Amino acid sequence: MTDDRVQKNNFLVQDWGLLDYDLAYQRQKAIVETAQASYTDYLIFCEHPAVLTMGRLAAQRNILAPEAILDKKRVQTRMIDRGGDVTLHCPGQLVVYPILRLTAGQRDLRVYLEKLEKVAIDLLSDFDIVSNSVSGKTGVWVGPKKIVSIGIGVRRWVTFHGLALNVNNDLSLFELIRPCGMDLVMTSMREVLGTAVEMAAVRHKFSAHFQKVFGYGPG
Amino acid sequence: MVQVRIPELGESIDKALVAGWHHGLGDAVRQDEDLLEVVTDKAVFNVPSPVSGRLKAIQAPKGQEVLIGEVVALMEEDG
Repeated sequence: MTDDRVQKNNFLVQDWGLLDYDLAYQRQKAIVETAQASYTDYLIFCEHPAVLTMGRLAAQRNILAPEAILDKKRVQTRMIDRGGDVTLHCPGQLVVYPILRLTAGQRDLRVYLEKLEKVAIDLLSDFDIVSNSVSGKTGVWVGPKKIVSIGIGVRRWVTFHGLALNVNNDLSLFELIRPCGMDLVMTSMREVLGTAVEMAAVRHKFSAHFQKVFGYGPG
Repeated sequence: MVQVRIPELGESIDKALVAGWHHGLGDAVRQDEDLLEVVTDKAVFNVPSPVSGRLKAIQAPKGQEVLIGEVVALMEEDG
């Protein structure tokens, strides 16, 4: 049975640990290629060594640091096929790549982005952090500070890329860029709570909220 | 000629920006192969070719804003 309205997708959660950005990208693309045929959706967690990624609308001027400084700090730069401007990944930040085969009733990019925001907001509330989405500024915010950045790609209605949640990461690295092309201040769960957070607990709760918001589960 | 249109991307989305073309004029393209990328908000969407054939006309170059449903290219279908 291949009818989108009938066939329910399988759902797998994977933790790729700390992984080089390029390797993670190759793995993502390999899964995207098979997703339509496999009827399997993936929720992938990982962390990356420091890397700047520039989405399709990124402006070079939003990388503030000169190349020599980036080299010194061992921060690589990658141009990638997601929406949005420049962002930064580094250890201690939870990167989430949902690779979902959106079926006929789910093919709304705005709704998909809003669901990702909701998952993050629900997760943060479990840690007693009040956060919000802001109309016209995709992402999740704690007051005026941004805690989650979102940028996705879609190919044959299979999603890739995703979101980055600042958990315990070094926020000073964001001074290298204008995150998302805006003059904004980033924050993290550690900064808000005043203590480091166990990454495994964040992954576990993220997965639970994700399955609830996206309708995976028994039956 | 077969028209290539920007597909529906969601109820509240009425336009997108052409981020680039995967193929140039005269290229042979297979059905469902990525033809161009459009960007809307924080999403990049790959628009597939509706048929197998040759790309004969590009009506929305990189950087141009396009409406949902707008014709952005013409394909000459094989056979």
